[in-house]
Amino acid sequence: MRLFAALAFIAALAVPAGVIAGVDKPVIVKAQSGPCIAPPEVMRREHPDLLKHQRTITVHEGVRNAEVDLEKCVTCHASKATGSVAASPQDFCESCHVYAGVKLDCFECHASRPSQ
Amino acid sequence: MKATRRKFLGTTAALAGMAVAPGLLLFEPARAKGVSSKIRWGMLVDATRCVEGCTACVAACNKENGLSGQTGPDDSQWIRKVELTEQSTGRALSLPVMCQHCAEPPCVDVCPTGASFKRADGIVLVDRHICIGCRYCMMACPYKARSFVHQPLTGQKPDVPRGQGCVEACTLCVQRVDRGGEPACVEACRAEGRNALTFGDLNDPGSAISRRMREAGAKQIRADLRLDTGVRYQGI
Repeated sequence: MRLFAALAFIAALAVPAGVIAGVDKPVIVKAQSGPCIAPPEVMRREHPDLLKHQRTITVHEGVRNAEVDLEKCVTCHASKATGSVAASPQDFCESCHVYAGVKLDCFECHASRPSQ
Repeated sequence: MKATRRKFLGTTAALAGMAVAPGLLLFEPARAKGVSSKIRWGMLVDATRCVEGCTACVAACNKENGLSGQTGPDDSQWIRKVELTEQSTGRALSLPVMCQHCAEPPCVDVCPTGASFKRADGIVLVDRHICIGCRYCMMACPYKARSFVHQPLTGQKPDVPRGQGCVEACTLCVQRVDRGGEPACVEACRAEGRNALTFGDLNDPGSAISRRMREAGAKQIRADLRLDTGVRYQGI
């Protein structure tokens, strides 16, 4: 009985953790195919630097189809619901950026949907 | 040991290399080769084959690059058909005019941020990541080749990012050229049976464009400005 109470107590602590924090965690929609170019923890922290580094190489040096490629990000991570990575607050890019409070301006110019 | 300036610099550089290397090595395996300055892309417009009323090149450009095709003051036009008549003889000419991809581009000279630049292979581009939309380049261009995006855009082509607040112009369809293709206008002109446009490497004496220029001659528009344009005209 005491064990059950202890378990219930732990469960009570664990389950509403997100609610206590007062902010919904970002929705991470699973990517559509295959592994990413780096582990999730690396991508979470490094993706802006990777993309910023690559953009100069692509625009100025004409290197297309590089390993780091925003088009490939969009192709894998576009949600099934909207077909985009940034069309709704639940979409892959948008959900984390809203959570982190970081303005996402890539898709003012870049297509947020994969090419057909 | 006496620490010389040379040794100190050497050690510092080595340490900096070690510090940077782990992060870079992870994501830079066998970096792909970029554009080469051995090539200079250019286009030859044969005005004798271009006909009045045909806008296949303009339509192809709009489709390839996701332009609206509207011609209002706020709309982007990367290529325009120009109709000319020589007053004394009445001789009529029709030809497309677009960014001339100058070797000495005035737009690059005046750009305050370095957004306007010329690639090693001669293609003049705007790096929209750096463009602040000041439009000095539009003032500087003698060919009126550049447009400014006034309104927010949606539905851009994945290969051709465009957006509000940036200047843009003909890129010689850089997204195709980098993959071994040729500009959409050239393809469309050929499909139309006109063959008025030839794209190729101006530095290669054996290329079709070089041969045609050697045999038939080619002029630059406003050659007096000595900009050494990459787009040349035959029969003007």
